[in-house]
Amino acid sequence: MIMLSSLVTNRERFGIYLKLIIEEAILIGIDSVFIVVIVSSFIGAVTAVQTAYNLVSPFIPLYIIGTIVRDMTILELAPTITCVVLAGKVGSSIAGGLGTMKITEQVDALEVMGINSTSYLILPKIIAALLTFPLLVIIAAFLSIYGGYLAASLTGLMTQKEYIYGIRFNFHGFNLTFAIIKSLVFSFLISSISSYQGYYTKGGALEVGRSSTNAVTYSCIAVLCADFLLAKLLL
Amino acid sequence: MIEVKDVRKSFGDKEVLKGISAVFEKGKCNLIIGASGTGKSVLLKCLVGLEKPNVGGVFYDNRDFTNGTTEEKLEIRREIGMLFQGSALFDSKNVEENVMFPLHMLTKMSRSEKLERVNFCLQRVGLENVNKLMPSEISGGMKKRVGIARAISLNSKYLFCDEPNSGLDPLTSIKIDNLIQEITLEYNITTIVVTHDMNSVLEIGEHIIFIHQGLKLWEGTNDEILNGNVPELNEFLFANKLIRDMKKNLK
Repeated sequence: MIMLSSLVTNRERFGIYLKLIIEEAILIGIDSVFIVVIVSSFIGAVTAVQTAYNLVSPFIPLYIIGTIVRDMTILELAPTITCVVLAGKVGSSIAGGLGTMKITEQVDALEVMGINSTSYLILPKIIAALLTFPLLVIIAAFLSIYGGYLAASLTGLMTQKEYIYGIRFNFHGFNLTFAIIKSLVFSFLISSISSYQGYYTKGGALEVGRSSTNAVTYSCIAVLCADFLLAKLLL
Repeated sequence: MIEVKDVRKSFGDKEVLKGISAVFEKGKCNLIIGASGTGKSVLLKCLVGLEKPNVGGVFYDNRDFTNGTTEEKLEIRREIGMLFQGSALFDSKNVEENVMFPLHMLTKMSRSEKLERVNFCLQRVGLENVNKLMPSEISGGMKKRVGIARAISLNSKYLFCDEPNSGLDPLTSIKIDNLIQEITLEYNITTIVVTHDMNSVLEIGEHIIFIHQGLKLWEGTNDEILNGNVPELNEFLFANKLIRDMKKNLK
């Protein structure tokens, strides 16, 4: 809480933050697109195949596979799994970067110049994460459903028409809002926990590695706890 | 002028600084010397505000830095330049961006004015055609020079150097020492160097304080230091055979 409150005191000029936020958005967002594309496409495909494997009753229409893939993707897989993956990629990168700056006195150099180092280093990362994570989750949701479509149609589990009917069947718009809310909460948790772990690193290279590991571990735990709480509160 | 008044600092039960008072004058190279673990770096951190003393205070030209308001501290901090032990250059920025950083953050100069100032500072520390190199592409001595260029880019009134010679060969060390001394005289600034390098002590130590176990045990100049009569200081000074021989020759 102390760290978070220091983010908004003695801030620098807005223009400086704008440039930093864009730089961080590229590092956090654009550089993560590839991994998100790969993970989400395969998750959608695997979900479709495994759902089909479990639905053996002749009384359940095949289009239900599409409906299940859609709901699982939007409610859980796209926001949560994507953010767990990003906790690993982005969280370790944030903690490692800040930890290295800390032990090599770069953070001290900022402080001696009279620059609020927490605000300068951490605030742009949190804002960039808040901006880019929801976009990545939307991409993940789309690709996951598309992955399911490809898997289902290419392996002959069902017709393309049945899958498309399934993903349009009984659709609740709030599910999308819920996914966006989840991604915003997860992005804040991952970026702030990782920044905290990195910024308060003490020691040497070994401790930087430990901070990165802790950042990923604590971020994942926080994401899963928040996932349960949000589901309980909002659904 | 920087004045330190009865500065005490503890970490848990361990008292690292036990009441240090000193005056560091303008236009002089002031050296803080002592063995490792005696509190030199903690004193330096108290001086630049990276640590807050438990008791006592630091005054910059009679302005209270330790207990001043945030705005007062910020004003003083922007008059401080510091060369860190490991240079502390920003890894993600090239040499030019590193030196330009304080100008970019703390002034409203135009891009061309900043560039002009950066080139001037780099030339002043003897570096040319290195603007676009990354810190990982330059030597330790060059990093120190870039660190000094960054420290003087804002026309600092106070220059702090933490172990400026660590990891450097003797020749480069002397060049860095001479550069620090030249800059101190040229810009008439207050320079404080923390070191345990005897070459620096004899080369540029116009005013030296010796710290031992958190206490100031001796104060004087490089001309007087070899004749000091403090046993702890002599033990520190004459650990080196060369200095022992020098003392014998003086006698």
